Amino acid sequence: MRHRGLLAAVMAAALVVGAGSAAAKELFLYNWSNYFPPELLKKFEADTGITVTLDVYDSNETMLAKLQAGAAGYDIVVPSDYIIPSMIQEGLLEQIDTSKMANFKNIAAPHNAPPYDEARGYTAPYMWGTTGFTYDSARVPGGKLEESWKEFFEPREELKGQIAALNDEVEVYNAAARYLGVDVCTESGDDGQKVLALLEKQKPYLAMYQSDGTIDRMIAGEVIMHHQWNGASHRTKEKLPTAVYVYPKEGTAFWADNFAVPKGAPNIENAKVFINWMLDPKNIAEASNFTGYMNAVKGSEAYLDAALKDDPAVNMPAAYAERLRPAKSCGTAAREMRDKVWTRLKK
Amino acid sequence: MPMGWFRRSKTHRQMALIGPAVLFLAVLMLIPIVLMGYVSFLERGEFGGVRWSDHTVDAYVAFLFERDFDGSLQLNTDYLQIFLRSFWLSIGTTVLTLLVGFPTAFYMALQPPRYRNLLIFLVTIPFWTNLLVRNYAWILLLRNGGLIDSALAWLGLTDAPISVLYTPFAVAIGLSYSYLPFMVLPIYASLEKLDFRLVEAAFDLGADRRRALARVIIPLAAPGIAAGCILVFIPSLGAYVTPELLGGGKSLMIGSLIQNQFGAARNWPFGAALAFALLGIVLLAIVIYLLRFRRSPGEMT
Repeated sequence: MRHRGLLAAVMAAALVVGAGSAAAKELFLYNWSNYFPPELLKKFEADTGITVTLDVYDSNETMLAKLQAGAAGYDIVVPSDYIIPSMIQEGLLEQIDTSKMANFKNIAAPHNAPPYDEARGYTAPYMWGTTGFTYDSARVPGGKLEESWKEFFEPREELKGQIAALNDEVEVYNAAARYLGVDVCTESGDDGQKVLALLEKQKPYLAMYQSDGTIDRMIAGEVIMHHQWNGASHRTKEKLPTAVYVYPKEGTAFWADNFAVPKGAPNIENAKVFINWMLDPKNIAEASNFTGYMNAVKGSEAYLDAALKDDPAVNMPAAYAERLRPAKSCGTAAREMRDKVWTRLKK
Repeated sequence: MPMGWFRRSKTHRQMALIGPAVLFLAVLMLIPIVLMGYVSFLERGEFGGVRWSDHTVDAYVAFLFERDFDGSLQLNTDYLQIFLRSFWLSIGTTVLTLLVGFPTAFYMALQPPRYRNLLIFLVTIPFWTNLLVRNYAWILLLRNGGLIDSALAWLGLTDAPISVLYTPFAVAIGLSYSYLPFMVLPIYASLEKLDFRLVEAAFDLGADRRRALARVIIPLAAPGIAAGCILVFIPSLGAYVTPELLGGGKSLMIGSLIQNQFGAARNWPFGAALAFALLGIVLLAIVIYLLRFRRSPGEMT
């Protein structure tokens, strides 16, 4: 998950200002905005007697920049997969040995040994999800689209101007690269040109690039197709039953957010208590019910709302597993090329 | 001896009085700007951030040139185009706010003094609410099926959705709304001091309304108009929230471009260099203002 809405972030930040009282047993959680059920925090406080103060951010880069600038005082941050190797290498994370925690046995494969932290020495899984696209089946020709990025990048004429993309350099570029069969971390100028050509051809068909308000936009019928995260797609479907979420066959981005403890955190032990507590099926299921995203804990299905359990956008059919592509941490040259493509697309 | 002591103590007293202001400027303005300037001359770090010991001018070269695949430098106008777009949008915003702001300020200045303070108070009311919230309100107003769209359709004035949201025009509306008070207040300050006997004299000497406005009122209000234009133009140039929310994201503005460098591109030195280029343009605007209006009639009051 990369972008959860500026408004929510600012409002929540405003709410917690001044809330940092001096209780002895406390925990400072720095999480994405609107990404943790307030009731669950209360339950944790009741169970453990540890008081939690929540602060929120809206992107991994915001969080990373804040830690790099020397922000101290957070006990738990929630970085996404691709940024974790950087954080470990930069020495920004405390080793917490999740694999030795009592509830580690609850974590389902492959989340118990992800490529970005194979030994689970620094992180524990929170939510995971995919980035595909959603369309309103009532408003597309024939009522059904192919499960391919083609429908999004080279759309049918009938959908011209009725499509929205996420305003996210990484998501848009990576999806285009996968559709073209190009490595997302390519450093070849020819590959970059190919991606740019595809995106420039797509641009006139798009109504906008916008990461905020994707759900409302679909429900209001402003667009017929939206590049979207699966959790948002689920929330769209609650109001617009004809919405269909697509796991594109060329490769669907798959992200996982993780709990981690920043170096020099004031309450490391409390942070470990929190992480172990969150790996309990009942607790993590409550978080899934709130966020609309799937967790990585075995046995949590029993506590999920039926709406989540029965929605293929959230509870992914096993057949789609081979379409998932984990995030990759690209080198400087690849990032530079990606940014060049993005800037040129929007110059 | 006593004289010397007095003079010294006077100097001390002056220093004590000026001190806080100097300290404020140094700590909150100068140090961050110097730091920013320094960062723009550093090598980028592999994972974001910068390498504090490696210096380079790459960031400034990258603003105008790009390396071709054979390593030669080529002119690259992408960033200039983005700057130019923000520039035009800011000019459009300034013109819009001037068109709305001048009559508003003029009306305020013509009211009896006891109403004026109330009117100033009303102008500042939007500042009570967070900028972000106000911009979200504009989304609700401008969107298809939103308040304005439905109202126009109900009145039978339009038969298709207005499709204004997510266009540059929507950004200009949002910016004009946000910065309107910055235009109204300086113009009002100029007009309030205006001696209306001069206007009467113009009428006595045969000027009609338009002529009195063009030859007497506007020249006397010129410093306020210029100050208002600068106060609107500069923040519009670097605006981030409004273009991000109301624009369609199809074309970058300076603010989003800089944000990208600190975000997805993880190129802090280039972001800092872009911010400095922006600062340069703003300084230029202020220098022009100072040169033009240093000896204007309005300032002699």
